[in-house]
Amino acid sequence: MTAPTLTLQSEDPSDLTVALAGDWLLSEPAPGADELLERLRDTPVPKRVTYADAGLGDWDTRLVTTLLKIRRETETKNIELDESALPEGVRQLMRLATVTKPPQGAARKRENVPFLTELGQHTVAMFVGCNSLIVFMGQLVQSCGRWIRGEARYIRSDLVQYIQEAGAESLPIVGLISFLIGAIFAFVGIIQLEQFGAGIYTANLVGVAMVREMAPIMTAIVMAGRIGAAYAAQIGTMRVNEEIDALTTLGLNPMDFLVTPRVIALVVMMPLLTAYASALGVAGGLAVSLVMLDISLIQYVQQTISAVGLNSVFGGLFKCVVYGALVAISGCQQGMASGSSALAVGQATTSAVVQSIILIVVSASVLTVIYINLGI
Amino acid sequence: MSADKPHIRVENLTMAYGDFVIQRNLNFTIQRGDIFTIMGGSGCGKSTLMKIMIGLKTPATGEVFYNGEPFWSGSAERRERYKRRFGTLFQAGALWSSMTLAENVSVALDQYTELSESEIRDIALYKLSLVGLAGFEDYYPSEISGGMRKRAGLARAMALDPEILFFDEPSAGLDPINAKLLDDLILELRDTLETTVVVVNHELPSIFATSNNSVFLDAETKTQLATGDPKRLRDHDPHHTVRNFLARGTIDAEAKTL
Repeated sequence: MTAPTLTLQSEDPSDLTVALAGDWLLSEPAPGADELLERLRDTPVPKRVTYADAGLGDWDTRLVTTLLKIRRETETKNIELDESALPEGVRQLMRLATVTKPPQGAARKRENVPFLTELGQHTVAMFVGCNSLIVFMGQLVQSCGRWIRGEARYIRSDLVQYIQEAGAESLPIVGLISFLIGAIFAFVGIIQLEQFGAGIYTANLVGVAMVREMAPIMTAIVMAGRIGAAYAAQIGTMRVNEEIDALTTLGLNPMDFLVTPRVIALVVMMPLLTAYASALGVAGGLAVSLVMLDISLIQYVQQTISAVGLNSVFGGLFKCVVYGALVAISGCQQGMASGSSALAVGQATTSAVVQSIILIVVSASVLTVIYINLGI
Repeated sequence: MSADKPHIRVENLTMAYGDFVIQRNLNFTIQRGDIFTIMGGSGCGKSTLMKIMIGLKTPATGEVFYNGEPFWSGSAERRERYKRRFGTLFQAGALWSSMTLAENVSVALDQYTELSESEIRDIALYKLSLVGLAGFEDYYPSEISGGMRKRAGLARAMALDPEILFFDEPSAGLDPINAKLLDDLILELRDTLETTVVVVNHELPSIFATSNNSVFLDAETKTQLATGDPKRLRDHDPHHTVRNFLARGTIDAEAKTL
């Protein structure tokens, strides 16, 4: 292996000779063409550049890119370039690299966007996002209309599978989380209420909190992570693979075929999951109370039943239906709006979960205010 | 380097998915500078054979030798070093969708060489111009056509000036002119850089135009029926299946009309 060299020999300043020698390989450091390029920009501008083979050894891309750089410079300066001394293979590759000219207007300029422009673009994008969510909800309502009239085309076994994924397969995680939340509420409640000798009211605290607020919210947040994200990823990947276009060309409406079954599956399963979550939350509170308080199982259950009215139960179930719809809609909408790359599907999934959680919390606040005003 | 030894040798190779054997007893050699075609009908295991050769799938039995050194029975570390000398073009290009074309080509250069950023950019642009994509370096794969994606995949495969280039159906999905240009490019690379090329292909014109060595895999007997120059196989192979395949099924069609 001999070191590559590029030497300038110029007896006549208008006629340069460039001697190439050594092994020009990517794995070895090589002299750049900077000195020569400087010389070409200098006055007097040389009229002619000739290559000379002074013992050129192995070569690869390293040599070809260097020579191409020199050629571009000579072309812009109208300097004659004699490449006849180069190896046949090098000339062949250089010919190949320059045979197709870049199409007019294809090249992109990388521009720096000013801060205010970027801020404006983001703001506009946010409004466009809200708008597309509302449009999507409108399409969903139309699709639900077709479903009710029995005009929607979908695969029944798919619906059953969505129901199983959203329902039965979610039971373990929803159960674990609500049981522990019930237990935590009971711990906090017992320590505070015992100070007033009102330990029995722990049952009220746990029951009301779980049934009215915590069971719907916690179930919805678990579903946003478990199901909303999955919907966004599934539909987004179908978008990447042109599977949604394939459905459309078959005359199948992607809303009827993909979105509505998923939304229905989650909306139908949410009340069941929430009821189950409430029950396990109360069970968590019961377990802690039995250990830490001097009360019996019957007493605790009686106290819970007297504290949690039917209003609370139905209030909680209505909330969870709203949350479930929001989670499913966010997931499907982000999936349908996904770009067509692996990165875009990831972003769609993230936005689906973030959007779900924001919508859950906002609608929880709004619903709570409405409930208080209605006296529920 | 050991130029006297065959560049690639496959010995008694059996490939299987679980208990399901796809091909057994494959034996062939590829010389340096060969353009070698793996051919056969759909589902006979052409792509699987290529996956074994590039280290993506373990063979059930048998061995692949590169320059006389065993590829699979050697250490994983040596296998990794060998893989760096391969360039692979996947069926649909398999470009990384979150990167521009120039970034796609630059990844290997950035990871495995000490070149500066501007040198890497120069090389990436040069490789893209070799495949006729000058001017498209800042495009994302989703913004260009399927044929262009394929050519960009080739530019990425060539990034490190590989010793061996593997192509999985290079001309599938290309128009005849672009398919011809790609064939020319393959020949050009072999002639200028002495690259050995292994191609999975069933485009007959392209096989006869480029290839000087081949292996024919048969799905029915689950083994290779023939190996050698495809033109010779077409005219002189004793197996009817091979001659019929290479004559586009015209032998069977003539037999029916008689």
